[in-house]
Amino acid sequence: MRELALIAAFGAAVAALPLFVSSGFALNAVIMTLYAALLGQAWNILGGFGGQFSFGHAVFFGTGAYAAAVLQVRFGWNAWLALPAAIALGAVVGAFIGVLSFRYGLRGSYFALVTLAFAEVFRILSNTFQFTGAGVGLMIPLAESAARFQFASRAGFLHVILGLTLAACLVAWWLQRSRYGAWLQAVRDNEASAAALGIDVFRVKLGAIMISGALMAAGGVFYVQYFHYIDPHLAYGPGVSVEALLVPIVGGIGTLFGPLLGAAALHLLAELTRTFMGDVPGISLLVYGLVLVLMVTFLPRGIMGLLAGVAEARGRRRGDRA
Amino acid sequence: MPRHEGDGGAIVLDVRDLSIGFGGVKALDGVSLRLDEGVIASLIGPNGAGKSTLFALISGFLVPERGRVIFCGEDITGLPPHVICRRGMVRTFQIVQPFAAQTVRENIAVGAYLRHRSPREALARAEAVARRVGLAGQLDKLASSLTIAGRKRLELARALATEPKLLLLDEVLAGLNPQEIAEMLPVIRALRDGEGGRGGVTVLMIEHVMQAVMDLSEHTWVLNQGRLIAEGAPAAIGNDPQVIEAYLGRGTAERLRRVRT
Repeated sequence: MRELALIAAFGAAVAALPLFVSSGFALNAVIMTLYAALLGQAWNILGGFGGQFSFGHAVFFGTGAYAAAVLQVRFGWNAWLALPAAIALGAVVGAFIGVLSFRYGLRGSYFALVTLAFAEVFRILSNTFQFTGAGVGLMIPLAESAARFQFASRAGFLHVILGLTLAACLVAWWLQRSRYGAWLQAVRDNEASAAALGIDVFRVKLGAIMISGALMAAGGVFYVQYFHYIDPHLAYGPGVSVEALLVPIVGGIGTLFGPLLGAAALHLLAELTRTFMGDVPGISLLVYGLVLVLMVTFLPRGIMGLLAGVAEARGRRRGDRA
Repeated sequence: MPRHEGDGGAIVLDVRDLSIGFGGVKALDGVSLRLDEGVIASLIGPNGAGKSTLFALISGFLVPERGRVIFCGEDITGLPPHVICRRGMVRTFQIVQPFAAQTVRENIAVGAYLRHRSPREALARAEAVARRVGLAGQLDKLASSLTIAGRKRLELARALATEPKLLLLDEVLAGLNPQEIAEMLPVIRALRDGEGGRGGVTVLMIEHVMQAVMDLSEHTWVLNQGRLIAEGAPAAIGNDPQVIEAYLGRGTAERLRRVRT
């Protein structure tokens, strides 16, 4: 319940931000941080709570982005209608990959490589067909109106991405205190024990990849609406896959607030890098790689692990005195 | 569904002619056994005899090449482990692997969720089960911080929380010191006897600790090189020096005599 209150307080604070902050730069930074947190939380649900590490989460992101773009450009759908359709499609692609890989017991690095391969296949497909704009990509028609999910002000986008990110956080919160969440974490920790205790390992994993794919696809829709453009590399390239996994690893894998903290930390880091090193091409990726190595080596439980360690140490000291 | 024409007590588990091989090696060859409801029975035999393989076949982790497993009158051969667990048979593992990132309470609740959907009920059930196995004082500890004895109890508690009719225990006493074993014996006995109006659980245990086999079990099967070579009351088996020398190794007869006196 305390966590729920914290989520609500965070949501209220961020939602009120445009009342006090008018700088487009600052609001954009908050929007991109929340967007990264959404991708990170989506990955975290499968990777952190479910223990299935994906290297190709762009496959869901890109599917959501293309679904939104294609439905608008080719079929004239309203973007708000395209959003749930894209989310559903993300879940369908999740089910497809999940059935193929979990049915055959793919785990660990094999699963990671399969997801990577799927993202590549989807990239090549979207690069081939005129339907998806091939190599040129798709640009959605500009029509600045809230009714078409294109806001004139950043505040509108901020509220939408905040809503999506909070929804993802609520899913993670539910995982921490529901039967399904307990089953998912049991499967992560030991599949054989979980099966022995009556858990249908296949279905539990399938559910996780579908939820994760759906949330990731929502991120893709947001991207298209915010930048009005998508192409194969942006949609299915490794950039999104890396961002989605780096955020929770930095923040704390398998935790509720890890992706939020990780997204904030990474964005701060990216800004600092830009400030001190200028716009050297690829410098941020270099820094990200360095951060990943350092985190895995010294802080495998991320920022949340660090906080928990501090809290435990304080608790122990209090315990000693008592 | 094939039914067993019983003679008195109901048959919980009826294993018929189970066989499986691994790359030419016959791990189990025509094993048949019948387990009466409400007893504690044991399965003994030297290392590599096929005891854990037999458990894996019964509980659905392996599919037999030949033979059937009948549980409470229903053929469960080839069903996946989680379905068998839902039907009321649960196993523990020799190498205990708690869900390390979770507390003892959460670990046990994973088992309890099988029959209780609501987290509040499952956590309450977990507490009750913890009391039965003597883990009540450690409910909020991380599972990874438990001692070996604690982990063995946790393994037992998780299985028990699924509210089984039949409990397969794979060496729950291995690695415990004599005092810890002595503390564990009444726990296992209490499972069979039931508690607070609840029916007891039938227990089949793989065990190397002969003291426990003698103290607890009413019936014992001896497995050697994939075949059942003897069965009966543990004392009777223990009294047969030839069986002991041949299948449990030299010197076991002497140890057993000491245990019994």
